[in-house]
Amino acid sequence: MLNCKSATGLVSQAQESPLSMTQKVRLNVHLMMCASCRHFSQQIPFLSQLMRAHAQGEDEKARR
Amino acid sequence: MELEDIQDMATSVLADPQALQGLRAQMLRFATLQLGDEQLAEDAVQEALIGALKNASAFRGQAALKTWMFAILKNKIADTLRQKKRLGEASALMRERDGEEDLDELFNARGMWEPDERPAAWGNPQESLHQAQFWKVFELCLEGLPGHQARVFMMREYIGLESDEICSTVGVSTSNLNVLMYRARLRLRECLENNWYVKTKEQPC
Repeated sequence: MLNCKSATGLVSQAQESPLSMTQKVRLNVHLMMCASCRHFSQQIPFLSQLMRAHAQGEDEKARR
Repeated sequence: MELEDIQDMATSVLADPQALQGLRAQMLRFATLQLGDEQLAEDAVQEALIGALKNASAFRGQAALKTWMFAILKNKIADTLRQKKRLGEASALMRERDGEEDLDELFNARGMWEPDERPAAWGNPQESLHQAQFWKVFELCLEGLPGHQARVFMMREYIGLESDEICSTVGVSTSNLNVLMYRARLRLRECLENNWYVKTKEQPC
C-alpha cells in the first residue's frame, strides 16, 4: 500500500510523463482513502495552470 | 488607440532609461537563474532587448510590454540552453541539496502527512487568477524556491521545455528531474496554502 510520500511523488511525476497502469491503480486506491492527498492531486495541476497564466501575463491583467 | 500609437508607446518605453533599467534588471535576474552564468545571461538579455527594439512593430499592445519582453527573452534562453548542453553544471546542480531536510518534516517516519502539514481544500482557487494581490504572493513564493529547484521548475513550467530536453540540457537523469520537480511543487504548494488559500491556519488565537 502506498504511503502519502510515494503517492504525492506519483502525482507530481504524472505531470511529466504518463504513469504505468499499476502506478495509476495504486495511486487511485490511495487517493480514494486519503483526503489530504486528494487535495494535493487537485492542486498540483492547478500550479501548472498558474504558471501558464503567469507566463501569459494574467498577473498584469489583474493589476490593471 | 491606433496601432502606430501603440508601437510608438512600446518604442518610447524601451527608450526611457528608467523604465528600461527596471525591466532589464528583472530580465537579468531571471536569465541568470536559468542559465547559471552571468555572461550568458547578459548576452541573452541584450539580444532580447535589441530584438524587441527591432521588432517593435510586432508588439500589438494586447499583452503588457513586460510579458512581451519576457516572451522574447524566454525564446533566447531556450536557444542558449539548446546550443550549450551545459553538462559541467550537472554535478554542481546535484550537489546543492538544500531544502531536502525541510521536506522530510512534512511526512512522518511511515511517510504519512504530519497532522499540521496536511494539504487543505482550497475552495475556489480559480478566483485568485483575477486578484492582483494573489500574484504578488505567487511571485514571492516562486522566488523562495532554492536555486536548482527553481531553475528546473521554471524551465519546465514557464519556458515550457520538455522533460527530456531539460535532462539533456542540465545533465540530470529522469529520476533526478522528477525529484527536483516534486520538491519544487511541494514547496510552492505549501507556500501558497499558508500565505493565500488557507491563511487563517497561521493566525494566532
